[in-house]
Amino acid sequence: MSAPAAPGAASAEDLVTLTIDGEQVSVPKGTLIIRAAEMVGTIVPRFCDHPLLDPVGACRQCVVEVEGQPKPVMSCTVPVAEDMVVRTHLTSAMARRGQEGTLELLLVNHPLDCPMCDKGGECPLQDQALAHGANQSRFLDQKRKYEKPVAVSPQVLLDRERCVLCARCTRFSEQISGDPFIELFERGALEQVAIYEDEPYHSYFSGNTIQICPVGALTSTSYRFKARSFDVVTTPSVCDGCSAGCGQTVQSRRGEVQRQLARTNMDVNEAWNCDKGRFSFPHLTHAQRLTTPMERVDGELVPTTWSRALARVADAVRASQDVGPGRTALVSGGRLADEDAHVAARLARTVLGTDLVEHRTRFAPADEAPARAVLLARAGGAPGLTYADVEHAPVIVVAGLDPEEEVPVLHLRLRKAWRQHRARIVVVGPHLGTLDGIAWRRVATAPGAEPAALAALAYGDGEIAAALRGDGAPAVLVGERAGAGSLAAGTRLAEAVGGGVAFVPRRAGDAGGLAAGLAPGLLPGGRLLADAADRAEVEAAWGPLPAHLDGAAPVDGLRGILAAAADGAVDVLLLAGADLARDAQSAALAERALARVAGAGTVVVQDLALTETAARYADVVLPVTATQERDGARTDWEGRAQRFRRAVDAPELAQDDWEAFVQLAAVLGHRLYGSLDAIRAEQEQLGVRAAAHPLPEAASAGSTGAPSGDALLAVVRPLLLDGGTMLAGADDLRATARAATVGVSRADAARLGIVDGADVTVTGAGGATVTLPTAVLPDLVPGAVVLPRTSTEPPVTRLADEDGVVAVTLAPVAVPAEVGA
Amino acid sequence: MTLQAWLTAAGGAVALVLLGWLALTRTVLGRGLAVPLRAMFVKPETASYPEAPRPTAPRFHGRHQLNRYADGLEKCIGCELCAWACPADAIFVQGGDNTEEQRFSPGERYAEDYQINYNRCILCGLCIEACPTRALTMTQEYEIAADSREGLIWTKDMLLVDPPEDGYDTPHTDREVRDRGLNYYGGLAVTPPTRKGGSFAPATAAPLQRAGAVVPRRELPLVPPGTGDAEGEPDGDGGSAGAGDA
Ligand code: SF4
Ligand code: SF4
Ligand code: SF4
Ligand code: SF4
Ligand code: FES
Repeated sequence: MSAPAAPGAASAEDLVTLTIDGEQVSVPKGTLIIRAAEMVGTIVPRFCDHPLLDPVGACRQCVVEVEGQPKPVMSCTVPVAEDMVVRTHLTSAMARRGQEGTLELLLVNHPLDCPMCDKGGECPLQDQALAHGANQSRFLDQKRKYEKPVAVSPQVLLDRERCVLCARCTRFSEQISGDPFIELFERGALEQVAIYEDEPYHSYFSGNTIQICPVGALTSTSYRFKARSFDVVTTPSVCDGCSAGCGQTVQSRRGEVQRQLARTNMDVNEAWNCDKGRFSFPHLTHAQRLTTPMERVDGELVPTTWSRALARVADAVRASQDVGPGRTALVSGGRLADEDAHVAARLARTVLGTDLVEHRTRFAPADEAPARAVLLARAGGAPGLTYADVEHAPVIVVAGLDPEEEVPVLHLRLRKAWRQHRARIVVVGPHLGTLDGIAWRRVATAPGAEPAALAALAYGDGEIAAALRGDGAPAVLVGERAGAGSLAAGTRLAEAVGGGVAFVPRRAGDAGGLAAGLAPGLLPGGRLLADAADRAEVEAAWGPLPAHLDGAAPVDGLRGILAAAADGAVDVLLLAGADLARDAQSAALAERALARVAGAGTVVVQDLALTETAARYADVVLPVTATQERDGARTDWEGRAQRFRRAVDAPELAQDDWEAFVQLAAVLGHRLYGSLDAIRAEQEQLGVRAAAHPLPEAASAGSTGAPSGDALLAVVRPLLLDGGTMLAGADDLRATARAATVGVSRADAARLGIVDGADVTVTGAGGATVTLPTAVLPDLVPGAVVLPRTSTEPPVTRLADEDGVVAVTLAPVAVPAEVGA
Repeated sequence: MTLQAWLTAAGGAVALVLLGWLALTRTVLGRGLAVPLRAMFVKPETASYPEAPRPTAPRFHGRHQLNRYADGLEKCIGCELCAWACPADAIFVQGGDNTEEQRFSPGERYAEDYQINYNRCILCGLCIEACPTRALTMTQEYEIAADSREGLIWTKDMLLVDPPEDGYDTPHTDREVRDRGLNYYGGLAVTPPTRKGGSFAPATAAPLQRAGAVVPRRELPLVPPGTGDAEGEPDGDGGSAGAGDA
C-alpha cells in the first residue's frame, strides 16, 4: 500500500476537493479522510491509525459520516474522493454516537487501572475517553482477566488486559522493522497480542512498539513505575549511539535520565529509533563512570585535581617537544562532538605540533579519509546523499556495511525503500548480513575486494547494470568494511549512473571527526595538509602551523600512529574516548604501543568510564561529560549537523571534551576558544573547501592480506549490542543482544566438519582464541568467516595481527563423551 | 445608733461608692484598674495551649497519614495522583515494582518513596480527594511545627500508620462508610483488593446506582441482607458487604 502523498508535493490536477464539516479543502489525491480532517484542524479520535503504518481500520474509533453512505465510515482507511461531504463528530450525531459506542465497548474489558499504569497521564485512551466518550458505562459484570504483565522480551512488558487490539505493535514489527515476532492471536473477546512460543521478541527496534502503543499495554522494564509524564523534564536531543543521528527526547527527573524516546524528525529517523539509543542511558550513572580526575602514583590511579592532572600532561608535552617535534599523538574514538573534534584538531596541529591524529579506532584504508574529504567538499557543507534520497532511489548499492548492526535507523529506511518504493538493493561484499531478506541481487566478493566489483557494476549488459542505468538516481552506500579504494570506486559508480554516494561510518563522532580534519594529512573542511592553499586558509584562522608538518607524508592512520608509538617515536598519547586496548583493530599492536608509551612516556585518557585502557595504562585520567550532560552538535552519515542540549547535570568534576582540550592548551600557553559559540563561529568561517580535490586514484588491488594455508579471513563486524562501555548498566538492553557467533560458509563448514550451532574454537594470530557457536551462512563466500568485533571475551580485536587482519583457524570443540552418549 | 448617725453613715457609704465609681469610670487610672477587676469575673477567652489543647472542628484538615489494609499491606500504590493534584507541589512520590518476595501493597505498584513537604503544604486536601485508594487521608493533628526546613519534610515512615491490630482497614471511618454502602465521595463503596492484588469482589450483588452519582440520603442503598454483617468483617477477604465493582 502506498503512503499518503506528502501535502504540497502534488500539482493542481492531483488535488481533490471535498467538504469537511462545511469547510472546503483541497488535498492530494489518495489522502485519507482522517489526514484531510487534520488539515482543517479537526482531530478525529483514533487508536490504530499511525501516519507511518499501513491503514488497517482495526479499532473502529475514527468513525465519521460521509453523505450518501448509509453506514458510518472509518476515516483512517478511506481515501478522499472529489466532492465528498464528510461530517465528523463536530457536526454529525451519527459520528458522535459511533465514537461513544466504540469507546464504551473498548472500556468494557479495559481494567482502567490507570493509577498503576505507566501510560497514565499520557494515555490516548484516557484523553479520548474524556473528550469523546460517554461518561457512563452500562457494563457491570466481571471484566476479562489475564496474568499481568507478561515479559515479551527483557525490556518490553505486555499487559493484555489493557490492549485495545489496534495492531500498531504488530504492524510496526511486520512493516517497519521486519521482526514479525509478535502477532495477534485468538479471536473475539479473547483476541490478544502474543509471542511465538519458542522465539522471544528479539528486535533492535522493540522500544518503538512501546512508544506507539496508544495504551499502557506495552511498557518498558527500565521505565516501569519510575515517573509520570508530568514530573519529568523533557529535553530534545540527538542520539550518540551511531552515525544515524536520530532525534531523541531525553526525560529526566531529579537530574537523572528516566527514559529516552524517539523524537520525530521526518528527515532523519522519521518517528523511530533503535533500542540502543532508547535504553542505553544507564551508563551515565554506572559505577564505572569517571567522576574525578586521576593520576597514576606508584602504579596506582589516585584521585587528583584538574590543575594537577593538566600540569602533569603539560609537563609531559613540553618534555616531548624538547626531544623533538611531532612526538605526541591524539586519538579520539568516535564519541566526540563536532566542536570537540574541531578543538582537538587545532590542539594537535598548533599546540602539540603533531600530525599523529586519528578519530577512528579501526585501521581504515589510506584512501578513505581523502576520499571522504572530497565528498565533504563536493557537498559544500550540506548533507550529501540523504535519507530521503536513499528512500527514493530505484537501486541502492550497499558495500561493506551491515546497516541493522551498524546504523539501525538507516536499515529502517532501506526497508521502507524496499517495501514502499520497491527499491532494488544490491549488496556487494562477502556476505549479505542483515540485508538478507530485502536484498535484490548480491555481488559476492572476497573480503576487501569490493572496489573492483563496484567499479564493474555499471558496465556490461547484466541486469544490475541495466537497473542502475534506468530511471531515477541510484544511491551507493559504502561502509567501513569495504576494502581500500571502495569509496573512490563507489563515487565513480555513482557518477557514471547519475546517482549519489555516501560513506556510512558506524560511530556517531566519525563524520564530525573527519570534517574537523582529525586524521593524518587532513585539515578541517575537506582540506589537505599537503596543499599550500588549504594550509593558508586554515592558518588564517588558527595562526601558523608548525613548519615540520609541511610536506611530511601522512602516517597510515591509527596503524601508523600505533606503530610509531610501539617504536618509541611517541612520548605522549592523548586518548579521547578511545579504549584502544579493546577497540583498536589490532589489540596486539595497541597493547605494544600503550605499554611502550606508558613505560617511557605519558598516556592520557579522557573518557566517560574507567575503560580497560585507562585502568591498565593511563598516567592521567580525565572525566568528561556525556551527550545528555552538555551542549554540542554531531554530524550524521549524511553530513547533517544537529545540535543537542544539556538535559541533566554531569558529575561535578566532569568537563566537556572541548573544555579539557582548551584548558590543556591554556596550560601550554595557547588561548584557543572561550566558548562553544566561538568554536562554532570558527567552524562556520572555515566552512569546507570551495572546490573539492580530485578523487584519490584507484588504489592497487585492496590489500586483503590473503591468508596462507588453512586460515580463513575474517569479516569483523560489530554487533549493535556488544561489550561497549556505553552499554554498561543497561542490563535489560544487553539481554536482548544477538548471540555472538562465528559465521562460516557452507563449503568451509563441510570441509572442516562443522555443523550449524556447534561450538568452535577460533584461533587468531599469536594464538589468542575465542570459542563461539557456529552459524553456517549460505550467503557467505568460501574462505571467509564473520566474527563479532567486541561481543566476546577476549574481543576479536585480540585475534588480529598487527596489520589488523584477522586470519583465523577453526577447530570444532570436542563434545565430551558422556554428553554425546 | 441614732437615726442621724445612721443617716450620716449611710450617706458616707453612698458617697464612698459614688466616689469609687467615679474614680473607676471617670479617671484614667481608675479606668485602667477597672479592666483587671472586670476580668476577674468573666470566663477567659484564651486557650491554655499547649497544656490543654482544644479539639478541632470535626472536619478540620490536619497533617496527612498513609493508611493500610487490614492485612497490613499499604494502600498507597505510588500512583502520584496526589502529587499531580497538589497545587503547592508539596508531594514527592517515587513508584516501585512489588515482587512476591518484597510486597508492600496489593497489585503491581507501590510507593518506594513518599514525602510531604509541610513547608509548602497548604492543607487544602486536594491530594486526598485525588487518591484512588484512600491511602492518603488527613488527620486532625496540627502540631507539625519544626525548627528546620528539613524537619518539615515528612517521609513515608513518618506518614505511614502502624499495621492495624483490630482487623480493620485504616482509616476506620472507611468501615462506617462502607457499611452505609456509599464511599467517601458518594459513590458505591468498593471492596478493596486482596493480597493477591487486583481482584475485586464480584459485582452481582451491587445495586444499580452508578458510582459517582450522588444519591439522596433517604435513598441510600441498604446492605443487601445475608451478604455481610452489620458489625463488619475483616477487610481484604474479597467478600465484603454491599460492595460492588462498578
Ligand atoms: S492504558 Fe490508559 S486508560 Fe488504560 S489503564 Fe492505562 S492509563 Fe488507564
Ligand atoms: S539508530 Fe543510531 S542514532 Fe538512532 S537511536 Fe539507534 S543508536 Fe541512536
Ligand atoms: S493538602 Fe493541599 S497543599 Fe497539602 S499536600 Fe495535599 S494537595 Fe498539597
Ligand atoms: S497516596 Fe494515593 S494518590 Fe498518592 S501515590 Fe499513594 S495511592 Fe496515589
Ligand atoms: S483509527 Fe480508524 S479504525 Fe482505528
